[in-house]
Amino acid sequence: MDHLVGLFQYDFLRHAVLAGTIVAITAGALGYFVVLRQLSFAAHALAHIGFSGATGAVWLGLNLVAGMVAFTVAAAIGIGALGDRLRGRDVAIGTVLAFVTGLGYLFVSQTTRLAGRATSILFGDLLAISAESVVVTAVLGALSVLVLGAIYRPLLFASVDPAVAATRGVPVRLVGIGFLILLAITVSTSVQVVGVLLIFALLVTPAATAQRLTAHPGRSLALSVVFAVVSVWAGLVLAVLIPWPPSFFITAVSFAIYLLVVWRVPSLGSPIARSSRRTVKPPSRPARDSLPAERPTSPLG
Amino acid sequence: MTAPAVRFADVAVTFGRRTIWREATFTIPRGAFCALIGPSGSGKTTLLRIILGELRPSVGRVEVLGAPPRRGNRAIGLVPQRGVLLDDLAIRARDLVMLGLNGHRWGFGGGNADDRRRVERALDAVGLLDYADEPVGTLSGGQQQRLFIAQALLDRLELLLLDEPFANLDVKNEHEIVALCRSVHREQGATIVVVTHDLNPVLNVIDHVVYVLDGRPREGSIDEVLTTETLSRLYGTPVQALRAADGSMFIR
Repeated sequence: MDHLVGLFQYDFLRHAVLAGTIVAITAGALGYFVVLRQLSFAAHALAHIGFSGATGAVWLGLNLVAGMVAFTVAAAIGIGALGDRLRGRDVAIGTVLAFVTGLGYLFVSQTTRLAGRATSILFGDLLAISAESVVVTAVLGALSVLVLGAIYRPLLFASVDPAVAATRGVPVRLVGIGFLILLAITVSTSVQVVGVLLIFALLVTPAATAQRLTAHPGRSLALSVVFAVVSVWAGLVLAVLIPWPPSFFITAVSFAIYLLVVWRVPSLGSPIARSSRRTVKPPSRPARDSLPAERPTSPLG
Repeated sequence: MTAPAVRFADVAVTFGRRTIWREATFTIPRGAFCALIGPSGSGKTTLLRIILGELRPSVGRVEVLGAPPRRGNRAIGLVPQRGVLLDDLAIRARDLVMLGLNGHRWGFGGGNADDRRRVERALDAVGLLDYADEPVGTLSGGQQQRLFIAQALLDRLELLLLDEPFANLDVKNEHEIVALCRSVHREQGATIVVVTHDLNPVLNVIDHVVYVLDGRPREGSIDEVLTTETLSRLYGTPVQALRAADGSMFIR
């Protein structure tokens, strides 16, 4: 343990812990809504578009995160403008996605500045985050959490039931675009930690795990954040002990938590989960042990 | 004298070149239990969207509860079509109802003790208090309908709109939804508007009909509309309006 604590004197590790934690908190919190709104594919698309933004920025000699934010926010507004028509647009998004990712590869081929950077954009490089990037990540992260806190209730309403939310005066379209912009910013900062290709490990897996455990919105969001932070911290510790890339360990831990929960906890819709839902069960305890007498199924059920 | 619940005066809706319907002139009086019927694709949902203030008519004047329609009118409740709540939606019944109370307000948090009491009262009123902690996706179609009614009951409800509430519902659930609407109608004095292609479930409770025939929404009294002739024209296929020995009606 002393060995691990001693490592904190190194800047690069302090940066890794700071940036990793901030990204985990924002990605875990936004992930709750990504899963609720079934926006996994949009998140995936934004990450790939971010790749072109990042490589384009480096090619032009600009800041990498700034380039990603510019590209992904523009794309988020475009996707958001599709609004309700987004459903069933997988083919259209996929088509644009392939072109934009190809553009990214063009940028890579046109400059020598990117030598080696392309891999770190694709897979993340948590141990190479500069002090400046930590500051940028902290500012964007704080901004995202603040805005999410401000739009939380209308966003939840619009995510769960857009038809009724609209009649109750929620600006459904606006809230949706606002969320996509937050998502774009979070995707851009997350890329430093886990990269374009592994972003689901922080943006989708923790939230999907949490939603399996509880249908209480606040608790689910908090659990999602906890799972994301635990994944990053455990991943970092493992990367210090074993000389493999931290991105791998982060995705592995995130996946392991997911597997454990899927294995141990029945899904929310199953009869077992129905009758024992009032308490959140820790994943280590089999749900069946704590079963109260099963409620008779309602004739309406 | 209070203004009618809904008044349309020579209203038309066109999308591009397509006219959905035109010359819509009808009134739904306060306290009516009204069915809004018409064949599929005749623009029933469009009528609903205009009443909700989501769509502006191309021509004509509309008044809802004595004022131009606007979004966010809390005296209006909507029970949306089935299928809006996804099966694996991880949110509890009480959370959904609570959103009806505070979901339009910026910020976060789930409401204070008073709000929670109001939500539980509304859940109790529709017989779903035992299901308050269930994820909404696991509730049956009929239970989901009742959940939306609970959401509408949070405020002083004056107009309850139900969009095809009987689609994919079995007879028992149909009866329960109709019974619940009747008690809301009676106890709150609310106007009920049921958009439906199937009249049978509400045939014996409605006192007013708005129907879309030949691209023209119009109103009619029960005796006028519920005849073999009008209904056959309405559905475009021969149907019969029959009266059973006990005086109740059905259509087949």
